Amino acid sequence: MLSRTADHLYWMSRYIERAESLARLVDAHYRMSLLPHSVDALAQSLSSTMTALHMEQAYLERHDSIEPRAVFEFVSLDRDYGGSIVSCLRSARENARAVRGSLTSELWETLNATWLEVRSLRTRNTSRADIGEFVEWVKERSHLTRGVTVGTMLRDEAFHFTRIGTFLERADSTARILAAHQGDLKPGADAAAVPDPYEWSVLLRALSAFEVYRRVYRDVITPFRVAQLLILRDDMPRSLLRCCKEVYENLKSVSNDQSEETERRAGEMHAMLHFTRMEVIIADGLPGFLQQFLARLRDLGERIASDFLVPPAQA
Amino acid sequence: MGGKSYNEMYRTDGTARSHYLGYGEWLKDQPADRLAQKRAEADALFHRVGITFAVYGQEEGAERLIPFDIVPRVLPLEEWIRLEDGLKQRVRALNAFIHDIYHEQQILKAGIVPAEQVLCNPQYRPEMQGVDVPGGIYAHIAGIDIVRDQAGEYCVLEDNLRVPSGVSYMLENRKMMMRLFPELFSEHRIAPVDRYPDVLLDNLRSVAPTGVADPTVVLLTAGAHNSAYFEHAFLAQQMGIELVEGQDLFVRDEAVFMRTTQGPQRVDVIYRRIDDDFLDPLVFRPDSMLGIPGLLTSYRAGRVTIANAIGTGVADDKSIYPYVPDMIRFYLGQAPAIGNVHTWMLRRQEDRDYVLAHLAELVVKEVHGAGGYGMLIGPAATKAEIETFRKQILATPERYIAQPTLALSTCPTFVEQGLSPRHIDLRPFVLSGRDITIVPGGLTRVALREGSLVVNSSQGGGTKDTWVLQSPC
Repeated sequence: MLSRTADHLYWMSRYIERAESLARLVDAHYRMSLLPHSVDALAQSLSSTMTALHMEQAYLERHDSIEPRAVFEFVSLDRDYGGSIVSCLRSARENARAVRGSLTSELWETLNATWLEVRSLRTRNTSRADIGEFVEWVKERSHLTRGVTVGTMLRDEAFHFTRIGTFLERADSTARILAAHQGDLKPGADAAAVPDPYEWSVLLRALSAFEVYRRVYRDVITPFRVAQLLILRDDMPRSLLRCCKEVYENLKSVSNDQSEETERRAGEMHAMLHFTRMEVIIADGLPGFLQQFLARLRDLGERIASDFLVPPAQA
Repeated sequence: MGGKSYNEMYRTDGTARSHYLGYGEWLKDQPADRLAQKRAEADALFHRVGITFAVYGQEEGAERLIPFDIVPRVLPLEEWIRLEDGLKQRVRALNAFIHDIYHEQQILKAGIVPAEQVLCNPQYRPEMQGVDVPGGIYAHIAGIDIVRDQAGEYCVLEDNLRVPSGVSYMLENRKMMMRLFPELFSEHRIAPVDRYPDVLLDNLRSVAPTGVADPTVVLLTAGAHNSAYFEHAFLAQQMGIELVEGQDLFVRDEAVFMRTTQGPQRVDVIYRRIDDDFLDPLVFRPDSMLGIPGLLTSYRAGRVTIANAIGTGVADDKSIYPYVPDMIRFYLGQAPAIGNVHTWMLRRQEDRDYVLAHLAELVVKEVHGAGGYGMLIGPAATKAEIETFRKQILATPERYIAQPTLALSTCPTFVEQGLSPRHIDLRPFVLSGRDITIVPGGLTRVALREGSLVVNSSQGGGTKDTWVLQSPC
């Protein structure tokens, strides 16, 4: 298939995944804001999350201080900020429109309908309840988009590049959310139950892992298990291991003459996560681990771009 | 004007014409609110599917619907057969003309078309002189605009031989009608149109360079911001071919390749939807970012086929249009089955004198204009507008032609106040490959403003489904 087509498909699915990740984060913090809870803790969590996502600077250019309501609106609805949920949905639709002929009409219509609805939204005077409803709706549209993708697309290159975009973005998002909370995952803190279950529930909810945690561990929340669940569980759909496995598998299906080294690196990341143990990661230091993981993910993204999506001229 | 027009549906005594009898009966039985609801449904569906066009001069990314009218334009079989014969004849002659002017130029030598009209025309491409194209076909896709005068006579208003558009609306309008009113299709025998993409692909494959067994065909678009982008994406998808932009293609050793995820892949036929000027920055406009450097070299070497061919614009120019009936006689030795609209050429002294004395009654067009831009409709113009045009004509008379103000035929159309007659035209799409094929009907465009004769979508025109009834009435 055309390199440009693959590029648009890859970004289309990255933007949809990013919109969903952001919607989950807003949703989790929004729930936290409804609980009788320290205002400082909420602001602290929002601040570290925005820092991990590189959104803080853009926010502070527009607002004086971290104020939950303003953060929710900024992340969800700010049309002038390219990283907001509405901007991600617009970018997803623009990428889809550029290659609408390569999508099934169901998938195109789903993305287009999402965008038409976003366009008709009011941006001002959104009440608190509206924000909750909005992020709920974004998650639903993302679920629908994924369902239509899996349910209608031929399992050809177009599908694999769509999946690669989804899982690279998801790995990136999970790693960043973990990084935002790494202060609470210090070595040695592993034995005891966490003192502040609210914050942990935010993190778990943001990754759709709260119920999964209960189901897997049937016990109190400890930092060690949270990290294990989100990094090393193969059956956890948003864990780093699972995402790397999907990236590697899909990459193997689109392999070309020059992609051997890229596949090798993807396989190496997968193998590392598959064979390591949580104790090793903690001993070496989680912050450093996450930092390194994000750097390798970025490298992988760049290699995929030059091997397949934007090949150098006359390649 | 409206009073004198030929009404497609009703005779002057108010009874429905025989080919509209069935539809008229059905229409009488429809409650007004059902029709209103169906119209709203059609709008919502078009938006959802994204059948939109970009409007030039509007902010970037502005997308609009082309208004769709639910009353079909119906053609009886015997009229369609006459039209079809005339269209095939005309396109055959036009292709012969283009081949001739880029080879022996017999028609110029015979003095039938003045040589300077062709050779000094900005659409004449000297680069094409002596170049042989597969099958001698230049205009693989032709959109011929047909109108009907007061007497109900069909005539050709314009030939579109460069990158005619609108066929996606023909196909989508039919799908929409079948979805909204399935009962009409079981009650009428309406010729289907949905094989258009298959015929087009088959034709494009048939004109591949010699020796290519399984040709790769691509559709070249200017990109998602082009006004006809929906149509480009739609046709590529329907034909199952790649929709490419200039940046996706490159030329190496006189062959054209596209950049794919599996490395470079050879391209044999390019169905291009961008103008000549933008195709190859090495030959035409050097500032074009849309084209492919080196494409013309590859084309001239016969390594790739471009459809429509480069240089077809010289045959659909308004200054050449008046000679098409003569071309039919010259190349085919036949009388034209469909005539032209009478046309005054303002570069001729006697024509100019007449037109300047009758500006308020006539339509004046720029010879190189398109899309309803740059024209004067005398009866609808203000004195000031007429005077502006008079000055322009006197300054550069060769840039203009004039035609009588046609009372285009009308068809009942839904407007704010209910059903009301509106002026229409018809653009059938004539496909040339091994044979000449025309999918029955075409795109009917309708001027939605009362009394307006401008059917272009860029100027507030809408479209209708076009039915050719398969059994004689």
